[in-house]
Amino acid sequence: MDMTEVPAFVDIFSLVNLLLQFLDSFAFLVLAAVGLVVIFGMMGIINLAHGEFILVGAYSTTLAAVAGAPFVVAVVIGTLTTAVFGILLERSILKRFYDRPLDSMVATWAISLMMIQGTRIYFGNSITQASTPFGSINYGPYSYSAYRVALAGVSVAVLIGIYLVFTRTEFGLKARATIQDADTARAMGVNTERIYILTFGFGSALAGLTGALYAPTLSMSPEVGQNFLVEAFVAVVVGGSSVVMGTSLAGILLGAINAFFSNVYSTFWGRIALLAAAILAIRLMPYGITGVIENIRDRRRAGMSLRESLKIPAVTVLLGGGSND
Amino acid sequence: MTEAVEKLRSAFSALNGPNTYGNGRAFWTAFAVGLVAVFAYPMFVGSYSAGQATLYLLYGFLGLSLCFIWGYCGVLSFGQVAFFGVAGYAFGVVTLNFGAEATVPAALAGVVIATVVAAALGYFMFYGGVRDVYVAIVTLAFTLVMYTFMAQTAGREWAIGDARLGGFNGMPGIPNITLGGTSFSGATFYYLVAVLLLVTYLGLRVLVNSRYGRVMVAVREDEDRAEMLGYNVKLVKFVVFTFGGTLAGFSGVLYASWGNFIDPSVFALSFAALPIVWVSVGGRESLIGAVAATFGVQRLDQELAATGSEWALVIIGALLLFVIMFMPKGAVPYLDRYAKAGLGWLREKRGAGSDREVKAVDSD
Repeated sequence: MDMTEVPAFVDIFSLVNLLLQFLDSFAFLVLAAVGLVVIFGMMGIINLAHGEFILVGAYSTTLAAVAGAPFVVAVVIGTLTTAVFGILLERSILKRFYDRPLDSMVATWAISLMMIQGTRIYFGNSITQASTPFGSINYGPYSYSAYRVALAGVSVAVLIGIYLVFTRTEFGLKARATIQDADTARAMGVNTERIYILTFGFGSALAGLTGALYAPTLSMSPEVGQNFLVEAFVAVVVGGSSVVMGTSLAGILLGAINAFFSNVYSTFWGRIALLAAAILAIRLMPYGITGVIENIRDRRRAGMSLRESLKIPAVTVLLGGGSND
Repeated sequence: MTEAVEKLRSAFSALNGPNTYGNGRAFWTAFAVGLVAVFAYPMFVGSYSAGQATLYLLYGFLGLSLCFIWGYCGVLSFGQVAFFGVAGYAFGVVTLNFGAEATVPAALAGVVIATVVAAALGYFMFYGGVRDVYVAIVTLAFTLVMYTFMAQTAGREWAIGDARLGGFNGMPGIPNITLGGTSFSGATFYYLVAVLLLVTYLGLRVLVNSRYGRVMVAVREDEDRAEMLGYNVKLVKFVVFTFGGTLAGFSGVLYASWGNFIDPSVFALSFAALPIVWVSVGGRESLIGAVAATFGVQRLDQELAATGSEWALVIIGALLLFVIMFMPKGAVPYLDRYAKAGLGWLREKRGAGSDREVKAVDSD
């Protein structure tokens, strides 16, 4: 970790390396966060057991793959298992906490502690890992896991999928109505209880999918979910509560920062830079990128021209006033 | 003479108020009994066991720090252990460089650094307009990053003067707190920590029942309303959070000196969970509940660990889940209610109690 060394961007290979690192970081941030953001954006619950939902997905996928299921089938199994698990948890425990966001964090943290230790007691400190599909990409003196790069494509597909679910399906329409005003939605005949269950299941499935997709690349220990926590939380803090817009923009911004610092210094400094960026981001935009976008949208609705409406949020962001305060 | 009594009485009345459970004669009697038990403990178990039990006492500050910011100001922090750890490491670094004579300045340095770190984090959060769940996430992320950071400091280049940070191996050889030639260990350290904890507890009681304490509670109950009434909510939260960092840091200094050792496990999630468990179980709006639950839960944890049970963490997690689901305000409000019912029943049975007694119970 020689910090004094001047980074060399001269050759094309390190540029390719930086690009692949960016795609990898982007995918990791987006996939780590989506399940958390769907549940947070919908119900205002920060699920601190999010890492353990990922654990459920990763373990069930790995067990299925090692038992001989094709990888794609194993991923589907992992995703569905986590969805079912999430719904059971929602029905039995979390539904009591909808109007108590801080308590729900404590409750989900308790669940997380129990699950990590429970997994250790039942499965031991590790289980056999599934093998990574595809090989690696070689270029010049570097190589990169082709699978990790392919996940960038998957993460974009997941974002598009979420967008379609929330904008093009009846469930999505009802879900958005419920977020906006649950009482009115109920008065209009939407079964909001059912929407909550389905959304929680959907968020859990996304967390499970993340665990399933990263299962071959990580060592399968009871703490596997904790690899995702910092990235997931940072992406939520920077992105805000909007799933598609907030998370994808946060993924691009943070992915670039992480890739740059990881590449030039080390993965460790990449992580530190991520946290520094997050702390700076909350100082400038307390409700994340979502808050800034909503602010611009409100100004547009209030009849300002596009240029006018962009100008003021930009100023508040730079001067550090709370934009939605 | 009467003036002294009057002074004492007014000092005592400052301890009581609407923001603490247990203000009546019954509470203070029980408190005195408990205090005698705590101070008599080393005489029965010997210096070594007292030294071991000091861990519970010094965790008391950590419990109080979270109770103070979460219970009284509504700021849920998952990062109290981060300030605890930072102070412990700072204490280690200074003492390993300057020796046992420097323990008092080192302790001061540890507490100051923890305070500054908490102030910096608090400034970014509260003046950035970060609220509620976001505060919890940011503090948790900060703790996780501290863990990652300290865990990778195994190399030789990670040294401050003579003190090597040591990565997962931690920092051994941290001296005991030494004051005027006395090295505090065993029973002497126990008494030192017990006295400090008592003073801190009473001081916090005065604080939460003061005018400032009422403003804190107003912020907890409704931030917007407090703001409308003209209070600087951001400043209140910033100050409270910073002071919480001071208390946690003090706990961390005592911890490093107690075990003569510190390692990155103080930043681990499983440790970060403990203050939340203590304060939730005891009752977040009760300082005495937080301290008592700290002793109780850690004692339980110790028992479970001693039997070699791997279920300890599962049981602690289940306890936390149970409390937050079925008695979200913790044990103390229930105990308080039952104690009052019991006292009322006693009084009724005895016929008309004296006026004074009625007053004491009613003020609870």
